[in-house]
Amino acid sequence: MSAIRLNSISDLQRKANDVRADIINMLLPAKSGHTAGPLGMADIFTALYFHTLEHDPAKPQWSGRDRVVLSNGHIAPVLYAVLGEAGYFDKKLFSTLRKLGSPLQGHPHRGALAGIETSSGPLGQGLSQACGMALAAKMDGQKHVIWCLTSDGEHEEGQTWEAVLLAAKYKLGNLVQIMDRNFIQIDGRTEDIMPLESMAAKYKAFNWRVIEIDGNDMKAAVKALDEARTNAVSNPDSAPTIIIAKTVPGRGVSFMENKYEWHGKPPNEEEAKLALAELQAQRAKIKA
Amino acid sequence: MTTSFALNPSMKLADPFAPDAKKAPTRDGWGQALAEMGTENKQLVVLSADVSESVRTHWFEKEFPSRFVQCGVAEQNMASVAAGLAMEGKIAFFSAYGVFSPGRNWDQIRVNIAYNNLNVKFSGAHAGITVGPDGATHQAMEDIALMRVLPNVCVLCPSDEKEANKAAKAAAARKGPVYIRLGREKTPVFTTDATPFEIGKINVLADGSDVAIVACGVPVFEALKAAKNLAASGVSAAVLNCHTIKPIDKKTLAQYAKKCGCVVTAEEHQITGGLGGAVCEALADECPVPVVRVGMPDQFGESGGGLELMKHFGMDAAGIEKAVKKAMEKKEKNR
Repeated sequence: MSAIRLNSISDLQRKANDVRADIINMLLPAKSGHTAGPLGMADIFTALYFHTLEHDPAKPQWSGRDRVVLSNGHIAPVLYAVLGEAGYFDKKLFSTLRKLGSPLQGHPHRGALAGIETSSGPLGQGLSQACGMALAAKMDGQKHVIWCLTSDGEHEEGQTWEAVLLAAKYKLGNLVQIMDRNFIQIDGRTEDIMPLESMAAKYKAFNWRVIEIDGNDMKAAVKALDEARTNAVSNPDSAPTIIIAKTVPGRGVSFMENKYEWHGKPPNEEEAKLALAELQAQRAKIKA
Repeated sequence: MTTSFALNPSMKLADPFAPDAKKAPTRDGWGQALAEMGTENKQLVVLSADVSESVRTHWFEKEFPSRFVQCGVAEQNMASVAAGLAMEGKIAFFSAYGVFSPGRNWDQIRVNIAYNNLNVKFSGAHAGITVGPDGATHQAMEDIALMRVLPNVCVLCPSDEKEANKAAKAAAARKGPVYIRLGREKTPVFTTDATPFEIGKINVLADGSDVAIVACGVPVFEALKAAKNLAASGVSAAVLNCHTIKPIDKKTLAQYAKKCGCVVTAEEHQITGGLGGAVCEALADECPVPVVRVGMPDQFGESGGGLELMKHFGMDAAGIEKAVKKAMEKKEKNR
């Protein structure tokens, strides 16, 4: 089986709706884990895995595949959801999240599950690893693209900026970072905990190519991802690209949206039922 | 009453006490090995954090600039970038001063390198008290402990320049992460091309029956000196070069603990968590005997000459001899 590629926005929106339901269904039996981040990034992950990414779930080790490095490993449920939906593994595994013996570790572990490129959890380390992969690809003359998914909060880690410097120095044009700019972190709003604005100005000053989008607008996400990939393939020796994706944490479930309290907790049975009902209602409204 | 001191002929050592013995730092052996391996091994890449000349990675840089990554003063980034390169099939070597790497980037080494069991080989240079005048901030006295506790990480501490060269090559050939501890001070080179080196196997440099001195790094030479001096006063001391701290050679340790009845460990590292700790753990499992540990007794160092500090903190031959007497007294008491 090769990769499923969806080209219509409504098909992608329906897939993102499936992914959100998967996230809720995964977190309920897990009884711990993060809800807001995965829901907020469901559109981006869907656009990536079901439209833009060069990959083959039947051959997860194919050397020509695009690499996906998830730096903020705590949003693992959204990664597991798209990998399962794409056919990397049996979706029955969703219910084993965070349980003893499961390949769906609380934070992703390289080698535990097909499609997982790196182990992550401690923040601020993914971009560096993605830089290493991008350097290796350039040394070997390979044409694949390295995607690195990061959070805004992990830009408070100094190491992130060490990697930002290195990527610009080595002109890692084959590297695309997608930052989840959702303005929340565990203790509150990012701009209260540690002001990060202006992210775009900072990245421009560090010699990156900057694209800003509404990360919950599927059409905008597809356009930005496609443009970034085309640029990465044709200009691998140019400035690295960042897509700053403004997302609504908890997107799709009204009582979770923009609530930092939902950063690090799972829904209980009642909340999951309400959430799934809301998602079902939204699904019906997606235009054909 | 005297006993004779003799080097183990099967170790093919050079005379460590020859007045014209070559002196060189272990960092040189590592640096030469990288440059030597680079031609044949196209997958070998080297990363630096603004200390290339100090840690002798500049020789590789000169030969293979396209496979050299200069990360600037950023040890955390360097460790994670190395992991990324290794995930793509490279054998990634990196180095900085031990206090910064693995001192500052322990988390990156733990999660990115050790947890994934990657082919990353990294050295902590300027380790130990012999780095001297820079003072306590720059004296890595804890690095063995930091690395030894991580699953999948092999820990090497070569005793001279020649052995450091072999250690770097053995690290490249081994699957998984390897940490190599290096020093800045020029010390006598007493191993030769013919001296065996196998990861996980202690080299018995001199045989003995009263006490076994287990040492790693610069103190191996001090242990040889101590054994020679002790022979003059009738004490037969075996000298074990424990260049691999993990996986430790339990078999040889148990064999000599049984034969000698007491053990002294010698290292320029904290006496907790390093070689001394590792030997105590192994012997507790295999053959418990009195152990006296020579090293830094849970305190910070200070500025001074490298060898002057070894003496000041009792890590030199005289300190080892003192520890031998203590160990033998304990052994007698236990009889």
